[in-house]
Amino acid sequence: MDLDFSPAHEAFRADVRDWLHAHVPAEPLPSLETAEGFAAHRTWERTLGADRYATVNWPAEFGGRGATPLEWLIFEEEYYAAGAPGRVSQNGVNLLAPTLFAHGTSEQLRRVLPPMARGEVIWAQAWSEPGAGSDLAALRSTATRADGGWLLNGQKTWSSRAAFADMAFGLFRSDPESARHRGLTYLMFPLDAPGVTVRPIGRLDGKPAFAELFLDDVFVPDGDVIGAPGDGWKVAMSTAGNERGLTLRSPGRYTAAADRLLALWRDRADPSDTALRDRVADAWLKARAYRLKGFETISRTDDIGAESSLNKVFWSEFDIALHETALDLLGPDGELDGDWLEGYVFALAGPIYAGTNEIQRNVIAERVLGLPRGAR
Amino acid sequence: MRFVLSEEHRLFAASLDKLLDQADTPSAIRAWSSGDHAPGRRIWTSLAETGVFALAVPEEHDGMGLLPVELVTAMHGLGRHAVPGPLVETIAAASLLTALGDTRWLPRIAAGEALVTLAAPYALDADVADLVLTVQDGEVYEATPARALRPSIDPSRRLYEVTPTRKLGPADDSSLHLATLACAAQHLGVGRRLLELSVDYAKTRSQYGHPIGEYQAVKHHLANALIDLEFARPLVHAAALSHGTSDFPRDTSAAKIAASEAAYRTAKTALQVHGAIAYTAEYAPSLWIRKSRALLTTWGSPTTHRATLINTL
Repeated sequence: MDLDFSPAHEAFRADVRDWLHAHVPAEPLPSLETAEGFAAHRTWERTLGADRYATVNWPAEFGGRGATPLEWLIFEEEYYAAGAPGRVSQNGVNLLAPTLFAHGTSEQLRRVLPPMARGEVIWAQAWSEPGAGSDLAALRSTATRADGGWLLNGQKTWSSRAAFADMAFGLFRSDPESARHRGLTYLMFPLDAPGVTVRPIGRLDGKPAFAELFLDDVFVPDGDVIGAPGDGWKVAMSTAGNERGLTLRSPGRYTAAADRLLALWRDRADPSDTALRDRVADAWLKARAYRLKGFETISRTDDIGAESSLNKVFWSEFDIALHETALDLLGPDGELDGDWLEGYVFALAGPIYAGTNEIQRNVIAERVLGLPRGAR
Repeated sequence: MRFVLSEEHRLFAASLDKLLDQADTPSAIRAWSSGDHAPGRRIWTSLAETGVFALAVPEEHDGMGLLPVELVTAMHGLGRHAVPGPLVETIAAASLLTALGDTRWLPRIAAGEALVTLAAPYALDADVADLVLTVQDGEVYEATPARALRPSIDPSRRLYEVTPTRKLGPADDSSLHLATLACAAQHLGVGRRLLELSVDYAKTRSQYGHPIGEYQAVKHHLANALIDLEFARPLVHAAALSHGTSDFPRDTSAAKIAASEAAYRTAKTALQVHGAIAYTAEYAPSLWIRKSRALLTTWGSPTTHRATLINTL
C-alpha cells in the first residue's frame, strides 16, 4: 500500500502545471451561466482542446492524451489549483462521452468526440421532464418511427447548459405500449433543429443555467441513436454511474477550494472564533478524505458499482458546507456577488441533480448494504 | 500509487477476524468488566500468536519492526470485536520504550505476555497491567496506580489515576501520535461492527408488517453511517503511511477526528435503529455503543485534534 507518485506521474504533473501557468486567463472569466460568460468559456475550451487538455483521459485518436485514471486525478488537481475556469463542456465530456465509449458505434465516436474534445460543440443534457424528476422512468417524451430516423415530441426540463449549448442528449419513449424502464431510446439532437424551442430558466440567482426544451416533431436520423432502440435505460445508466462517481466533481476541485478557504481564513478570520476555525479544519479534512477516496477508487480492481452513490452524497453536501463556511467567514461581505457566492449557488444544486441525495441513500441502503427494497 | 490494502494485509485481517469470531469476545468483555481478566488474557495470548503485538516492537527484540499499515489493520479488527485491554497503550508503550532505548519489556510485549498501560490521563486497566507508564511535561515515567477504579461509560475500560514514580526519559512525540492513530483505527472497527449489527437487525426486525430496513427513514440513517465510515478509512490508512514523516501529527489528528466522529455517530444510529433492545446492558450492541462513547474523547477529543490539525496546516 502506498501513496507515491512515480517519476513519470511527477513529470506529467509538471507538464500540466507549466501548460496551465502559460494559458490560464489572468482574470477570472465571467460566470459561465451568462451569455457573455458562456462565450468566454467556449473560447477557453478551444484553448484546452488545441493542446488536447480538454479530455486528457480519452485516447489520442479522439483528441485526448490517453491519460490513466491517476493522471486524470493529477490533471484535475493541477487544473483547479491553478484557478482555471469551470468546464462548460462538462455534460458532453463526463456524461455523454462515457456512454458513447461504452455503447456508441465507431462512426459515432469519430463524428461526435473530436469536435467535443476541440471545444467546438458544447452539449446539454435532456433527462428530466415536468413529471419525471427523481423518477426518471416516468418520462413521457416520445420518439416515433419516421423514414430513416425518429420524430421527437414532448417536453424536457432542468436541461443544464441548454440555454447556450449546441446539442443535447436524452431518453425518449420509443415504444408507446411500454412502461417504466422498457421501450426507451437514447438519442442525440441539435438544439437548433427545426421543432426545438429552448426556454431558458433562471436558477436561484437568476442566471440561465438551465432551460426547458419543447420538442415538436424534431427529426433525428437513425445514426444518432446510441445503443439499440428500446435499450435506452440500460445505456443511460452507464452514464449515471459516471455522473455520481468521481468524474462529475473531481477531488482536485475540493482540495483547491479548501486551500482557498484556508487562505481566506488566515487573511480574514478572527482567530478567537474557534467554531469557524473548526469548520475550516473540517473543510480541509473532507477535501483530503475525498482526494484519498479517489486514490482508493482508482486502485481497486473491482467495479465500484452502486458505491458511486457514496461519493455523490459526500461531495454534494461537502460542497455546500465549504462554501457556507467561506460566506460566513466573509461576514457582511458574504452576500455580495463574487466567486464564493457563485460557488455557493452552484453547490446548492448538488444534492438535487444527478439523482437526489434521497434517491442515492436508497441506492446505498439497498445495493451496498443489502437492505430490502420497500414501497417508495 | 496503490492505495488499497494488499492481498497480504487482507489475509491478515481475515485471519484475525476468524480467530476473534471463535473467541466469544462478548463473554470475555463482561468478565473483564467485573475484574476477571482470564478470558481476555487468553484472547491476548492468541492474538500474540498472530503477531499483533510484535507489530510495534523492533526485530532485534523479537518483534517485526514498526509496521503502521499492519497495525491499523489489526486495530480495526480488534475494534470490530471489541477486544478488551490496553491495546492502544501497549502498542504506544512499545514505541515509546524503543525510542528511549529501554528494551527490558519489549520481548514480553511482542509475545503478548506483558500488558502495558500508558495514562492518558487515566491509566486503562492498570489493575492488570504489568507496567504502568505516564507522560508528564514531555517526560515518560513509570507510575503507580491508585487503588480506586474510576468507572467509565465502557465498563471494560477500567481506569485508574496514577502517580509518577521513576523518570525514564523524554517522551517520543511520534509514539504518542501512534497511540492516536491506533485508537482511530480501533474506533473505526467499533463503528463498522455497529453498522453491521444494525443492518442485520433492520433486515429481520419487523414492524407494521415489514422489516424496518424497508423504511426510508431507517435506510437513510444507515446510508449516512456508511458514508461517514467509508470516508474516514482512507484518512486512517494515509496516516499509517505517513508514519516517520513530518505529516504524521497532522494525519493522525485527521484520522482520529474522522474515525471517532464516524464511529460515534454510527453508535447513535445503531441505538436508534435497534430501539430499546440496544439500550439494555444485556444485549450485545451495548458493548460497542458504550465503547464508542469512550473512544471519542480518549487520545484526544475531536475538538482537541481540530485545534492541532489547523495549526499544522
